[in-house]
Amino acid sequence: MFPRGKTFTGTLIAAALALTLAACTPGSEAPAPSAPATGAAINKDVASMGDVTLTVWDQEVRGGQNEQMTKLNAAFEAKYPNVSIKRNSQSFEDLGKTLRLALSGTDAPDVVQANNARNTMGAFVKAGQLLPLDGWADAYGWNERYPASVLKYSQYSTDGTTFGSGSIYGLPQVGEIVGVFYSKKKLESLDLTLPADWAGFESAIVTAKEAGETPLLLGNIEKWPAGHVFGPIQGAKVPPEQIEKLGFGNAGASWITPENQAAAQTLADWNAKGYFNKGVNGTEYDAAWQKLTKGEGVFLMGGSWMAADLADAMGEDVGFFVPPATAGDGAQTTGGTGLPFTVTAKTKNPDLAAAYIDFITNDEAMGILADTGNLPVLNTSTYAPETGALKDVFTAFESVTTDGVLLPYLDYATPTMGDTLGDSLQGLLEGKLDAPAFTEAMEADYAGFTQGK
Amino acid sequence: MRASPKESRTTGAPRNASGRRGHAATPYLFIAPAFILYAAFMLYPLARSVHLSLFAWDGLTLATFVGFGNYTELFTDDRLRAAFGHALAFIIFFAVIPCGIGLVLAAVLTRSKARGLSLFRTLVFLPQVIAMVVVSVAFKQIYAPDGLLNSALRSIGLDSLTRAWLGDYVFSLPAVGLIGSWVSTGLVTVLLLAGMAKIPTELFEAARLDGAGAVREFIFIIVPSVRAELTVALTLTIVASLKTFDLIYMTTAGGPGSSTTVPSYEVYRRAFETGQVGSAAAIGVTLSIIIFLITLAVNRISERGA
Repeated sequence: MFPRGKTFTGTLIAAALALTLAACTPGSEAPAPSAPATGAAINKDVASMGDVTLTVWDQEVRGGQNEQMTKLNAAFEAKYPNVSIKRNSQSFEDLGKTLRLALSGTDAPDVVQANNARNTMGAFVKAGQLLPLDGWADAYGWNERYPASVLKYSQYSTDGTTFGSGSIYGLPQVGEIVGVFYSKKKLESLDLTLPADWAGFESAIVTAKEAGETPLLLGNIEKWPAGHVFGPIQGAKVPPEQIEKLGFGNAGASWITPENQAAAQTLADWNAKGYFNKGVNGTEYDAAWQKLTKGEGVFLMGGSWMAADLADAMGEDVGFFVPPATAGDGAQTTGGTGLPFTVTAKTKNPDLAAAYIDFITNDEAMGILADTGNLPVLNTSTYAPETGALKDVFTAFESVTTDGVLLPYLDYATPTMGDTLGDSLQGLLEGKLDAPAFTEAMEADYAGFTQGK
Repeated sequence: MRASPKESRTTGAPRNASGRRGHAATPYLFIAPAFILYAAFMLYPLARSVHLSLFAWDGLTLATFVGFGNYTELFTDDRLRAAFGHALAFIIFFAVIPCGIGLVLAAVLTRSKARGLSLFRTLVFLPQVIAMVVVSVAFKQIYAPDGLLNSALRSIGLDSLTRAWLGDYVFSLPAVGLIGSWVSTGLVTVLLLAGMAKIPTELFEAARLDGAGAVREFIFIIVPSVRAELTVALTLTIVASLKTFDLIYMTTAGGPGSSTTVPSYEVYRRAFETGQVGSAAAIGVTLSIIIFLITLAVNRISERGA
């Protein structure tokens, strides 16, 4: 019986192996990259499309996000009774993981929200799974609707090699900006006025430290938060054209420059001199901003998405600013757009998908976004509330996108840059890496990608 | 079928043979439903992983065949080598330390005839019942720079020892490992308690008459008697230590830097975040083989000793 069983199992295993090895090379089921749609007439008349269903995958799950999406979908369906929207909403993390499978499957959704970064949108463009929307952009006037500084965040060359220019692959609804939150009471007690430029900000940090306060708050156990401190520092010290190339992962720049090393040195010095709370690499992100609400620090560098939570806890005490390199100029800081809404290559009705994207990003939609507590990406300051941190955020975003430079998140650059940046910044803060070693680690990832593609 | 058994025995060869063939296939028919499920959900994915591990694939575009390139990378890539090193270090924290503590704890509990044994047993087993995610969140608070551990150290004047435990390049690995020890100890203790309950009390009486103390009892009676339970405990905890994912994902994300990353976390990272599906599959396959070999070795050693 024993030998017999063994042959039997052996045969089965061999059969299973033969089956898989005979199966095609991974990825060969994927569609060939589609040529940009040309020639086909664009239909803007949704009412004429008959009874159709539009499947939308988004990640607008939180309070105000979900509210705006629900309102806009209802408005679209009310305007075009022949359209029914099938919405699938997942958290950012979940969507990031399921989208790859969804797009390569046979039953792909029509509209999906895809992260701008190279490991998501870039990979999809390269695989030909998203439609270039240039035809619709001309028909709907998206190039006029969006400032070029914002639109470039959803532009790729059709082969996916260049990021930040080329075809338009999607449109975002909201904006994000990284700056400095501060406690007004703390500044007052330190006899400080709001710094007007980067030098003023740095000297305010020193003053706060000398007065025995914790000048800067950071929780970096998650690895990525330090990127939102390094980004603005880099923005103040490095020419923006260079940061754009580094951030978008396009060839032609280098991390190994005196300016980048100076930016890295600044961050390392800040921690070495005790300007941050103790043990930043072991502190949670949430714990850090909560310290600001408890009066345990003066400044907190971070993204505009924290404004609502901070305002809830601190009321009028919290403010937000983005220090420009020179007083009076527009600031150069990290930021970007919310996840752009894109059209999949497998959609049966690209005209409908494009009309939907147009609808959820038009002027009325921006109004609804602002009403539901989001930061509309267009004409932001006109929607600003009267007072509070949100007003500061709205004003700062408009000023940076029009007068200053909105710099890409550095982890957009390559598929592995998120890890490289996070690991290296933790090393830099801890003193494991000095500034030259930090820039070398970053250059290795950046150059490896730009030269390898 | 109406034929009597006697008649059937004397009937012709063809019928007899067909009867035996039926008998031979029957066992396979019985295991077929389970086997088909097993094949569909275990064997096929396993074979597919092996297949994928031979390609460089981003999960989207056409893959390129790289042969054993993904496997040689396991030796050349510092980060991956380190990940496997950390997994081996976790064996000490997840398996060796808990087995040591568990043996002593179970022996003391068995011999002392303490009251409230069942309550204590429940308490030590509790960490096993709590979801790892919850455990991780709780320990993150304990290890935080102004968390419980540092407060305790400060209150007894050991300020110099306080640090951001999970953000420290030297201490994050043991800090995470000790969470594993805390979780595993209960399981090991309860397993060993069950084993020790079977030891006949006459053995201890005889040993006492021969002049053996508690330590000798432990070495010469208790430990040899629970060899089988110890093997089970070691196997379970070693497998748990090598495939740790949730703990790392929730506490340090492999950091600071890459000082606490483990193979299963690398599998997740590469497959879902950085688009290196082939490499992820290769790590997974290698990890499976290592787990298989180590557990095989543990069981062989214990069988040989028995």
